Amino acid sequence: MASNYRVIGTRPIRPDGYGKVTGKDQYGADTFLPGMLYAKVLRSPHPHAVIKRIDTSKAEAFPGVEAVCTGADFPTVTSDEAIDSGEETISARFMTALSMANHKVYYKGQPVAAVAATSPAVAAEAVGLIEVEYEPLPAVDDVLDAMKPEAPLLHGDLYTERLTGEEKRPSNIAKHIQQSRGEIEKGFAEAEVIVEREFNTQMVHQGYIEPQAATVQASPDGRLTVWTSTQGAWQIRTQMATILDMPEGRIRVIPTEIGGGFGGKFTPYVAPVAAVLSRKTGRPVKAVMKRSEVFQATGPGSGGYIRLKMGAKRDGSIVAAEAFIAYDAGAFPGSPVGAACLTGLSPYTIPHLKIDGYDVVTNHPRVKAYRAPGGTPMGMAVESVVDEIAVELGMDPIDLRLKNAVGPGDRMTNGVAYNSIGFKELLQAIKEHPHYTAPLEGEFVGRGVACGFWTNGSGTSTVHLNFNPDGTVNLIEGSTDIGGSRASMAMIAAEELGLDLSEVRPQVSDTESLGYNDGTGGSRVTYATGVAVYRACKDALNELKSRAAILLEVDEAAVTFSGGIFRAGAAKEIRIQDVIKQLGKTGGPFEARGVSGSLQRAPAFGASLADVKVDPETGKVQILRWTQFQDVGKAIHPAYVEGQLQGGAVQGIGWGLSEEYSFKDGHMLNPSFLDYRMPTALDLPMIDTHLVEVPASDGPYGVRGVGEVCIVPPPGAIANAIYRAVGVRMTELPMKPECVWRTLQTAQQEQVSETSQAG
Amino acid sequence: MKNFEFVAARSVDEAVAALAQSKGPARPIAGGTDLIVQLSEGRRTLDRVVGLDHVPELHHVSAQSDGSLHIGAATPCVSIYSDLDVRRAFPMLVDSTSIVGSVQVQSRASLGGNLCNAAPSGDCIPTLICLDATAVVVGAKGRREVRVDSFCQAPGRTVLADDEILVELRIPAPVAHEGGVYQRFIPRNEMDIAVAGAGSWVRVDPQSKVITHARIALASVGPTPLRIVEAEEALVGSEVSQEAIERAATIARDEARPISDVRGSADYRRHLVQVLVRRTLLGALQRAGIDTDRVKGGVALGG
Amino acid sequence: MAGKVPVRLCVNGSEYEILVEPRQTLLEVLREEIQLPGSKEGCGNGNCGACSVMMDGLASNSCLILAVQADGKEITTVEGLADGMQLHPLQQAFLEEAALQCGICTPGFLIAANSLLKKNPDPSEAEVRHHLAGNLCRCTGYDKIVRAVLKAAAAMRAESSKEEVSA
Repeated sequence: MASNYRVIGTRPIRPDGYGKVTGKDQYGADTFLPGMLYAKVLRSPHPHAVIKRIDTSKAEAFPGVEAVCTGADFPTVTSDEAIDSGEETISARFMTALSMANHKVYYKGQPVAAVAATSPAVAAEAVGLIEVEYEPLPAVDDVLDAMKPEAPLLHGDLYTERLTGEEKRPSNIAKHIQQSRGEIEKGFAEAEVIVEREFNTQMVHQGYIEPQAATVQASPDGRLTVWTSTQGAWQIRTQMATILDMPEGRIRVIPTEIGGGFGGKFTPYVAPVAAVLSRKTGRPVKAVMKRSEVFQATGPGSGGYIRLKMGAKRDGSIVAAEAFIAYDAGAFPGSPVGAACLTGLSPYTIPHLKIDGYDVVTNHPRVKAYRAPGGTPMGMAVESVVDEIAVELGMDPIDLRLKNAVGPGDRMTNGVAYNSIGFKELLQAIKEHPHYTAPLEGEFVGRGVACGFWTNGSGTSTVHLNFNPDGTVNLIEGSTDIGGSRASMAMIAAEELGLDLSEVRPQVSDTESLGYNDGTGGSRVTYATGVAVYRACKDALNELKSRAAILLEVDEAAVTFSGGIFRAGAAKEIRIQDVIKQLGKTGGPFEARGVSGSLQRAPAFGASLADVKVDPETGKVQILRWTQFQDVGKAIHPAYVEGQLQGGAVQGIGWGLSEEYSFKDGHMLNPSFLDYRMPTALDLPMIDTHLVEVPASDGPYGVRGVGEVCIVPPPGAIANAIYRAVGVRMTELPMKPECVWRTLQTAQQEQVSETSQAG
Repeated sequence: MKNFEFVAARSVDEAVAALAQSKGPARPIAGGTDLIVQLSEGRRTLDRVVGLDHVPELHHVSAQSDGSLHIGAATPCVSIYSDLDVRRAFPMLVDSTSIVGSVQVQSRASLGGNLCNAAPSGDCIPTLICLDATAVVVGAKGRREVRVDSFCQAPGRTVLADDEILVELRIPAPVAHEGGVYQRFIPRNEMDIAVAGAGSWVRVDPQSKVITHARIALASVGPTPLRIVEAEEALVGSEVSQEAIERAATIARDEARPISDVRGSADYRRHLVQVLVRRTLLGALQRAGIDTDRVKGGVALGG
Repeated sequence: MAGKVPVRLCVNGSEYEILVEPRQTLLEVLREEIQLPGSKEGCGNGNCGACSVMMDGLASNSCLILAVQADGKEITTVEGLADGMQLHPLQQAFLEEAALQCGICTPGFLIAANSLLKKNPDPSEAEVRHHLAGNLCRCTGYDKIVRAVLKAAAAMRAESSKEEVSA
């Protein structure tokens, strides 16, 4: 099919690529300033303790140490105001505690003091000289334990929030979410097949390769300049202003290039510490986390416990679903259990529903968003149970899903109606895909499929365009480019302005050079910032049209624009570049602006199709073939859209097979890339992708965000493939070799005892 | 990491002298892929580090005229598994040296370092035990030879005195109809520490198909890499058969002394020992020239 | 007792004689002292490959080498891959194949891939995957990286056979 577009849908080299392949781009740790000091944070060795005393005198006396700070150097923040932390909000007082503890520590790795010194090695040596006296408290290490009435309380002043009002008694349950539809008992009474399963998943880490880093320069006039790698410069500004109790306008955040985030780089973990130390010394202070600190003291993705019961009729219609979901928030409230309640069961038209979600605090690091936050564990549960129903009914798993799939006008579990969605088109595409129909031969091999849904975000973006005397355009956006978005923004501008891509130079602004921008998260950038670019282009064309009219010596109303050319009748025309070159002659420079906000949701559906081979002797699962499907609305730069699907799929594979936080009494046992096992190139086949394009309801071209939903289905697809390979249902993540082996052992023993009983 | 003094030795004697003269704890450093991590994580503090990068005697792979092999202790893994003599005559050494860390780690990590680090999981140690290697040690008091199967004493501890360095590893010449294989089990396919590892080595009489010599050594299932003499004894004198293999694998499983930790539980590790000994024995028999598809009892080669 | 010691390094063809602390890693010295921050620290213990450099022709983790150990050695970092303004075929292929997203792991992958192609100009997909297993990428799922390396290998083979013909 011929494309209507000149630039959109092509695969050009990204404009910012050269700096990245030559090692010239500046990332978070690559800020070097004259006279710079290096910060190192002392972290709590206890998951739960009262700080009795801190003595920093030896560290202060250590040669090369320029300043030391503790919680006493930070403003006391007691407010419970919800502060924007990127993809979720967090209470002001809890957010502050992520940068520096005061009196009490709630997780191992929480900062308790810091030093600034003339070298990283001196700083590291000096923090070891700080003496802290702790009174250890019992640690809460598991969500279900934390929910018990007799569990040790993390916060004496945390009360369960629910629709019916707050509880009177403090609890580790921060929130209870309830959703229901129809009559649940009636639904299960109608069901002819009922499947109920319990699922346990662990905390996981986003695993960005670049540790958090920030460099801060304080100025005598009270201003701060912050260089940091973040998904949201404006959110860092807001949070730092809260933590340091200062006006936002006095903080300038300059985003560096960012080495991955996936939801985890919205919180200023070390920047406030560097700010306090810079104020004390007057010198720029750089703070870079070590990998073990990243694991233990940033925000991982949530794990938890899910109990799911679903019922269907013999014809395949799913009639009832009941879910109990408890997610681990870590030390402070804010797990993504709300998203789990919303997204897990929303792909299916289920008349009778009951969902209970619990946000639970434990003595683990406080979670942050991780790619479709909350979606993956619940996706594993739902897609496993749906698959089991398909097997019970003897139905093809895609046919079962097609029978129950939502379409436009159907409602999510929270009652909100879908606008344009492409779930059915996606399912049809799987069914017709050569991978789905290919024969799969061999012993202990199996093929599994699973789907996923994500609402996607929109939010606010601001874009400016200004113009160069050579006829080219500068595109100024505020969305951190985490995986090629400058390319897609420039492509939209080139498309709309009729320019060559090389004539549009995109760059990411700091917080003082552009209006407000929400962060890079929630799959929102290509969608919402794309709309802002589109609107900025329309704004530009309005003005450029009047300038063209002057140059063409016609009335503005007579001027039309297409393909980069302003025309007035048949004879008169001028290229947009020539209008731009002559702005000085036609009224002087101008700047075009585009702002987006309040866009309709552009929801995303995705699916994974996995072929696996299981070694039944060791329990090890090898991925043989993988295809990732997704409704992407419209792919602006298909190569980077595929890249999102491939990267998300592999994060989901890691979550499915090998990644987990192993805790013992609140201590993480595996805080390194050696024992926190992310997939390597050798663990994977090529990740094929299949893009379905059902246009979204709002915005230009029908674009949908593509970043997140791809991580939801992989664990379910693997679990379903393992079932077909060796006949056992996996209900734990990760499905690591020992876990698969043990499940197989248990199944064998049950079989033996059944056989012997039968005999 | 605390600072330390660095002495770049130019000869074995210089290295030994530098160790002997150190006032506080001192260690030699070859590739440093283990030691630098220990230092930077504060698990070890040293006053002096003696660099071996520029000691020529420690960097060589030399096939001897009698067919035996001498390897300088600081020779990096890549130089060992890329060596044509090693690839031809000591494939078991390739098994081990080519799975230490990553390609980047193999550029630096040395065979001697893997042994001296004395990790229970050291992938090269079971192979050195199976190949009956001898360690040549030089110290202030002179030179001595130690069999590799008695080199490691505890996690991180060896027979080396503070002023001794491992200079060379010597592996006897292979004879016909022998073969060895090392395999480890890891959750990923690379970049992991062995949950369990097993090396099996056999010599077979080609006529009778009787196993005349056997060595079996395990990794990650005890405080040091373990030689399982009981399993070896069970094999020697047996005709190659599925039963013989299974018997040895079962003995190895029972003799293993694993702990439960974040990488695996003790009972899973025991089970893996059985699987790995079975698989490596089959591989070893194949390398010894036995057609294992036609072994008595109809064994199938496991992946 | 342990002051700074002089070290001579040849980095990307330039000679440096600098004073370092024995505890400083090659990575730290490259980034902080020689001001070549293209090599990245992702883990500091040899498990991610982001700090990969070529040392005497072999890809190595610069976080696991003391700068004093590198005395007298030849180092190539990502900054030394291109020939002036002429990108290395691997760099070109990574751009064309969209083999990077955030780009933080890219320097390490380019170095590791370069070391592979130096010893094996015509690797299979499996060989590429094996050789790159010491480099973690969290964005791409490796698919486009593997394709880019295979594409660069083909381009380099075509180039060298052209040179042979003209010679």
